[in-house]
Amino acid sequence: MHPAWSVIVFTTLSGAGYGLMVWLGALQWMGRFPVDGAPPWLWAALLLKGLVLSTLGLLSSMLHLGKPGRAWRAFSQWRTSWLSREGVLAVLTALVALALLAPAVLEAAMPRYRLALAPAATRTLLAALVAAPLLTVVCTAMIYASLKPIPAWRHRLVVPAYLAFALLSGAALLGAAQAVTAGAVPAAVAIAIAALALLTGALKWIYWRDIDRQALPVTRGDAIGLPGREPQVFERPHTEGNYLTREMGFVLARRHARKLRAIALFLFAALPALLAALALAVPAAALVALPAAAVAVLLGAMTERWLFFAQARHVVMLYY
Amino acid sequence: MKEPALDLSPSPGDQVKTTTCYMCACRCGIKVWLKDAGPQGPTIRYIQGNAAHPVNRGVLCAKGASGIMQHYSPARLDKPLLRTGERGSGEFKEIEWEDALRIATDWLRPIRERNPDELAFFTGRDQSQALTGWWAQQFGTINYAAHGGFCSVNMAAGGLYTLGGSFWEFGEPDWEHTRYLMLWGVAEDHDSNPIKLGLGRLKARGAKIVAVNPVRSGYGAIADEWIGIRPGSDGLFAFALIHELLRADRIDLDYLVRYANAHWLVLRDPGGADDGLFARDAEGRPLCFDRNTGAPADANAIGITPAVVGEVALADGRHAVPAFQLVAERYLDPQYAPEAVSERCGIPADTIRRIARELAEAAFDSGLTLPVPWTDAWGREHPEMVGRPVAMHAMRGISAHSNGFHTCRALHLLQLLLGAVDAPGSFRYQPPFPKPIPPPNRPGRTRKDNGALDAPPLGFVHTPADLLVDAEGRPRRIDHAFSWAYPLAAHGMLHTVIRNAHAGDPHRIDTLLMFMANMSWNSAMNTAETMRWLTDRDEDGGYRIPRIIYSDAYASEMVAYADLVLPDTTYLERFDAISLLDRPISDADGAADAIRQPVLEAARQRAQDGKPRDVRGFQSVLLDLGARLGLPGMVDEDGAPLYRDYADYIVRHERAPGVGLLAGWRGEDGEQHGKGAPHPRQLQRYIDNGGFWREEVPEHARYFKMANRGYLEWARKLGFVGSAEPIVLQLYSETLQRFRLAAQGHGPHRPPPEHRERIAAYFDPLPIWYEPFEHDQTSREAFPLNAVTQRPMFMYHAWGSQNAWLRQIAARNYLYLHPDTAARHGLADEDWAVVASHHGQITAQVKFAGNVQPDTVWTWNAIGKRRGAWRLDKDAPEGSEGFLLNHLISDRLPRGDYANADPVTGQAAWFDLRVNLRKADGADQAQPQFPPLPYAPADPRPLRYGADLRARSKTR
Amino acid sequence: MTALPPPSKKKLGLVIDLDTCVGCHACATSCKEWNAAGIAGPLTDERPYGKDPSGVWFNRVHSYELAGGDGACPPPAMPAPPALTLPALTLHFPRSCLHCEQPACVTVCPTGASYKRAEDGIVLVDEDKCIGCKLCSWACPYGAREYSAVEGVMKKCTLCVDRIYNEHLDEAERQPACVQACPTRARHFGDLADPESDVSRLVAERGGVDLMPQLGYRPTNKYLPPRPRRAGTEADAAAPAEDTLERDKLPAALRWLDRMLSR
Ligand SMILES: Nc1nc2c(c(=O)[nH]1)N[C@H]1C(S)=C(S)[C@@H](COP(=O)(O)OP(=O)(O)OC[C@H]3O[C@@H](n4cnc5c(=O)[nH]c(N)nc54)[C@H](O)[C@@H]3O)O[C@H]1N2
Ligand SMILES: Nc1nc2c(c(=O)[nH]1)N[C@H]1C(S)=C(S)[C@@H](COP(=O)(O)OP(=O)(O)OC[C@H]3O[C@@H](n4cnc5c(=O)[nH]c(N)nc54)[C@H](O)[C@@H]3O)O[C@H]1N2
Ligand code: SF4
Ligand code: SF4
Ligand code: SF4
Ligand code: SF4
Ligand code: SF4
Ligand SMILES: [Mo]
Repeated sequence: MHPAWSVIVFTTLSGAGYGLMVWLGALQWMGRFPVDGAPPWLWAALLLKGLVLSTLGLLSSMLHLGKPGRAWRAFSQWRTSWLSREGVLAVLTALVALALLAPAVLEAAMPRYRLALAPAATRTLLAALVAAPLLTVVCTAMIYASLKPIPAWRHRLVVPAYLAFALLSGAALLGAAQAVTAGAVPAAVAIAIAALALLTGALKWIYWRDIDRQALPVTRGDAIGLPGREPQVFERPHTEGNYLTREMGFVLARRHARKLRAIALFLFAALPALLAALALAVPAAALVALPAAAVAVLLGAMTERWLFFAQARHVVMLYY
Repeated sequence: MKEPALDLSPSPGDQVKTTTCYMCACRCGIKVWLKDAGPQGPTIRYIQGNAAHPVNRGVLCAKGASGIMQHYSPARLDKPLLRTGERGSGEFKEIEWEDALRIATDWLRPIRERNPDELAFFTGRDQSQALTGWWAQQFGTINYAAHGGFCSVNMAAGGLYTLGGSFWEFGEPDWEHTRYLMLWGVAEDHDSNPIKLGLGRLKARGAKIVAVNPVRSGYGAIADEWIGIRPGSDGLFAFALIHELLRADRIDLDYLVRYANAHWLVLRDPGGADDGLFARDAEGRPLCFDRNTGAPADANAIGITPAVVGEVALADGRHAVPAFQLVAERYLDPQYAPEAVSERCGIPADTIRRIARELAEAAFDSGLTLPVPWTDAWGREHPEMVGRPVAMHAMRGISAHSNGFHTCRALHLLQLLLGAVDAPGSFRYQPPFPKPIPPPNRPGRTRKDNGALDAPPLGFVHTPADLLVDAEGRPRRIDHAFSWAYPLAAHGMLHTVIRNAHAGDPHRIDTLLMFMANMSWNSAMNTAETMRWLTDRDEDGGYRIPRIIYSDAYASEMVAYADLVLPDTTYLERFDAISLLDRPISDADGAADAIRQPVLEAARQRAQDGKPRDVRGFQSVLLDLGARLGLPGMVDEDGAPLYRDYADYIVRHERAPGVGLLAGWRGEDGEQHGKGAPHPRQLQRYIDNGGFWREEVPEHARYFKMANRGYLEWARKLGFVGSAEPIVLQLYSETLQRFRLAAQGHGPHRPPPEHRERIAAYFDPLPIWYEPFEHDQTSREAFPLNAVTQRPMFMYHAWGSQNAWLRQIAARNYLYLHPDTAARHGLADEDWAVVASHHGQITAQVKFAGNVQPDTVWTWNAIGKRRGAWRLDKDAPEGSEGFLLNHLISDRLPRGDYANADPVTGQAAWFDLRVNLRKADGADQAQPQFPPLPYAPADPRPLRYGADLRARSKTR
Repeated sequence: MTALPPPSKKKLGLVIDLDTCVGCHACATSCKEWNAAGIAGPLTDERPYGKDPSGVWFNRVHSYELAGGDGACPPPAMPAPPALTLPALTLHFPRSCLHCEQPACVTVCPTGASYKRAEDGIVLVDEDKCIGCKLCSWACPYGAREYSAVEGVMKKCTLCVDRIYNEHLDEAERQPACVQACPTRARHFGDLADPESDVSRLVAERGGVDLMPQLGYRPTNKYLPPRPRRAGTEADAAAPAEDTLERDKLPAALRWLDRMLSR
């Protein structure tokens, strides 16, 4: 599949935003936020950041549309379409985040007024701040995982890996923010980053191993209605390219794939795990190590996302 | 949510007009739907096949369905052009028609006064030879021909000198009854849609189809059996089949004596002036030996029992044998046994034997009879028609070789032995064929007092006396047609004109007038030299070909080589006659002709610059020029033009009393068909009838047309034959023997010494096979591969590439070769290779294909374009990656003594090409490249055809 | 809307005969021609006269080479004769929308622009709703969806819905443009839900197949596989039985010396 940068950059960023929200919701719900030394506005600021990242993602995927002006129509088919569901949940997530941000925003804007949410409401919203982004990420992953013509995306680890990436990049952003604002991070955060990095690495490693072994479930013979025979292409319908060959016909040389996978694994798994370990061992290093880890995770995730597209073969290319 | 409300019945247009397609020479009937688009007048909404039309019965091919893009092509010429730069540079200025016609008249008038032969008028892909040939005759030049000489004259002549009809467009397989069809070297042919319709019918019926072709694509792909023959060896394969049929005595001797000259006695008088001629009685009637009376008898008598073998002593002491005996002796020879030809043909001997058996079974064991009583030419009644359901069709795979004439005759011999010519289930004639053998009209040779030639310049040579040679036996025509070098060149030789005009051989010409032929590119052999000849100058600085006038409708490669360009209309803007006097569109069950009518007005169309188009139909222009020159038949006594335009000519001109361009709706009241006085409303009658006229052959007249009284009388009534005499099919050709005798020193007209051996060798009265010249005259080690082209079904020669839709199918070509061949040459798939012949070299990209005979490489014809031509972008794939084999094809034989052509007919031997291959390191574009033509490129913006038509049709 | 309607009574579709298709591209260009100004038009062409021309086509014709085989996989419904070997084939293969019964191209659509008609099962795009997200094209295994960057919307074969019911056309012409044009008549149009229809009979007789049935899209269009070729085997290539020629006795041609023929 053609790896479109708009989709890659912004699924990565919105994933990170959603991951961050999940962490913020969970930690607040458990009363584990803020961290010592961090400013009191950090939670709200981070939530805002998560919102911005995820909204950027949505906006960019809109720019990728042929008719962005009609994007509103995409909310209508939530009963069947994962893309529609993603849209609906993304909006829901944004509403939850806005609701939670409202008191802080109001206070900042009009210090004389205070808006206090009822504790029950807050707890419900916090629970929603965990669930809604997670579900949004699941929907995103399901857009791909539901496509039968692209067997690599049907793999059982696609949804887990999307979730893992969201949580990993969310954790990495959180860790980085805490390190920068508080000068240190709780050991749990560093451990979480390292563990998630290794887990994500493992997931991807298994995924890659599997798709390398996976044959397409159909053959060119099946594609032309002559199962069991082995057709070779004699002539394409058109000597020059077309929408299909450009959109689905992207082929990545194996050699490049191996190199890029190694780079990706290093960036989103090995390096962040090492940097988190460093932050654990030498707390003073966290100030540098964790932001670096966050950058590495995002770059690694982007590389991985590029590979996710570039290495997925669409069965339609059997015709070519 | 509800489903959107759709308008399921949008209007397909505001009006529909029927006319004839001209995106190729098949001439299908079309219905053009038009929508009104404001001030510009109607716009084409859609073109569909006309279901009532006899040619295509409603279907349409890929080209025909892209007519919109052809008509609105940005490469259309819009105004007459006068050359301003060097010839070949493509620099012109636009001029007015009046100036253009005046210039042309000024150039042509002195020629006509001085020596009309200094005008060479050659036309290409046109179907107006009924007009152009007549015009040349009236102008008085012998130097006229259309493109048939480089196209298919081997098929036409092979057939007309044997059967009085031919494959090509003059006959068709009996699609309804045949059970076995052999396709020899056919990729597409002129009968594009009829053949496809027919193949579909055979498929539906389960008849067997055998494709003999070094390449298996297109029709071959759906054939039951593919015989991947080595190019140029079909004649041998046919002989081996004949050998097997003779050996097994599975031949139709009754048919052969009834309809052919198998029993005619051939004199055996080695060294004598009558050797090999037919024994004739005092009245000149051919003789046979009647076993009943034990004496010679009129071979055309009935109620006799003719012998087909056995030497006969004639009353005058001479000896003779029946023609069939010569056939049997020759082809039973072990040199034609399957084993003996297998290696050369690349066909296993067992396969040859099996095919022979299958042919015999299909022909003789099918039991096909049609319960149709009929009367033969001698008045005998037959209760039914006995079938021989084996059909053959052959085209340029046979034709475009230097042994093509004889190979074509070999196929006809095979058909005749099976009794499979115009029998139910076999090959069938399309009226006006069969014609007497050879057809009676001989080429014009002398001028009458009014300056016109005594007959049309093209015709059929019967004896050496008919040749167009001077007292020394040198060619008279600029193309050397009808000379000792190419005596039966019935269609002329367009492929030699430019070389000879440049060389002044046999004489200099003044003006070359060409119409619809891309002679500086894909229709030339030796393309680069051709461009040089067109532009070469004398010592005095003038062009060696002083003037070139050219009519094209589009900005082709050839336009750049004209001094004066007369822009034609597109096929949707003019009247045309698809005449029985030219290339008929009849089918075996009916005679038909048709018209084109303007469905769009040229003047309301827009040029590229937004100005109205200012183009004129070439036929009308030709008549206008003729009138300005005062040519006989084009002006009245006062010198005033006789015809307003071509449409007027179609209706009013009579070639002979009662005979005009169109056969339908003649006579004062329009109720006569075939012959009759001109009918003023004739064109309207055609339009009312969907653009065509067709008259059914009566049911009892549909088979054995050469000897079916019902048919012959019907044909005489319509003017197709002069009498209802039976036409005897010529197994053995006395015409050819006459030339051989001349070469052996007999008779008053003898070839000059340098041609004698050649004539004696190739004018064999029975089919022979010889290696194609280029195969023999080049080293098989140096040039081990054959290289051929095929017609793509979706392109017509050069003129499809300007079509925005068609060019997407193939914007460039590859050289296809078998993977084994590639391996032998160290080539990988999609490598670039240098392809060399004895004549030149090109660079092209190769592609693997398993469906080709391993000694053969091939590519699609005419996809490669000169950069800038057709207003394509300079970096269009057609120019950068597309290529032509033509650069490799020499117009002379390797030995340099004759044209690269058949020695009998002069047919261009495109497919004799032999090449070698090597990897081209570092290449990424086709070679050779020529300076781009400076035509303004087309609008690069996306093409949204139909967007505005659709908006209008929406009902919301 | 992108929820599928209940199975329709009519299932209109095409039956394409691969035994007869010569790969002429007539169906492809006639489709383009009708539809350019039809309800799904224009079928925009980019760089129409330039390098890399590329346009919207609802129908594209592929060609393949098939090596010969041992007959292990005869087309269904056509049992292989005992010693059948599959000859090498050149196969032309036109590809357009199959109007599937389980079209994921419809269900993935977030806007409802893609839909399957309840009445006859035709799968269409409502261009006024389409946002050009391309997801449906990813969901179609058959490559039947064509995105136009210029128009910003998805396009596809309409089964010529504006012809087949078009009251302005003669009854006989109410068929898809590609079917009408096909010069070998390898394309057939009809109701595949009606077992008595011509197309259903053809499918039954000729063992019509689904493309990639494993994927579960349940295409309506069917393809008729190439029939076994009747090339004949060399085993029965023995010389014709009637060979009576005794070469050493007579000059071969004289065997016809006593033949009584009548003219
Ligand atoms: N290598 C190779 N070369 C071949 C062949 C081959 O098989 N292999 N085949 C040969 C054969 S058989 C043939 S017939 C020739 C064909 O070759 P050409 O006769 O040259 O055919 P086209 O290339 O179509 O060019 C005809 C010209 O007619 C112009 N034209 C189109 N429509 C009109 C119109 O309405 N009016 C006018 N006035 N002009 C129009 C076109 O623009 C074009 O310039 O090619 C020959 N060349
Ligand atoms: N679509 C389309 N139709 C056309 C034309 C076109 O340009 N496009 N051109 C028209 C014209 S002008 C003409 S003359 C006709 C020509 O129509 P065809 O006769 O079909 O001409 P070609 O495509 O040249 O194909 C000749 C076939 O012969 C095969 N062949 C080559 N050498 C040999 C051989 O030695 N033996 C055998 N058995 N086969 C051989 C080639 O592989 C090829 O398949 O088509 C006409 N129809
Ligand atoms: S075969 Fe095609 S291009 Fe030729 S006349 Fe017929 S429809 Fe037109
Ligand atoms: S072929 Fe593709 S576009 Fe057509 S209905 Fe099936 S899945 Fe949808
Ligand atoms: S591209 Fe259009 S039709 Fe396709 S899924 Fe997106 S909105 Fe639906
Ligand atoms: S049914 Fe109509 S839209 Fe579909 S491929 Fe055929 S012509 Fe094109
Ligand atoms: S029009 Fe008919 S024969 Fe031609 S490619 Fe299409 S299906 Fe095949
Ligand atoms: Mo030709």
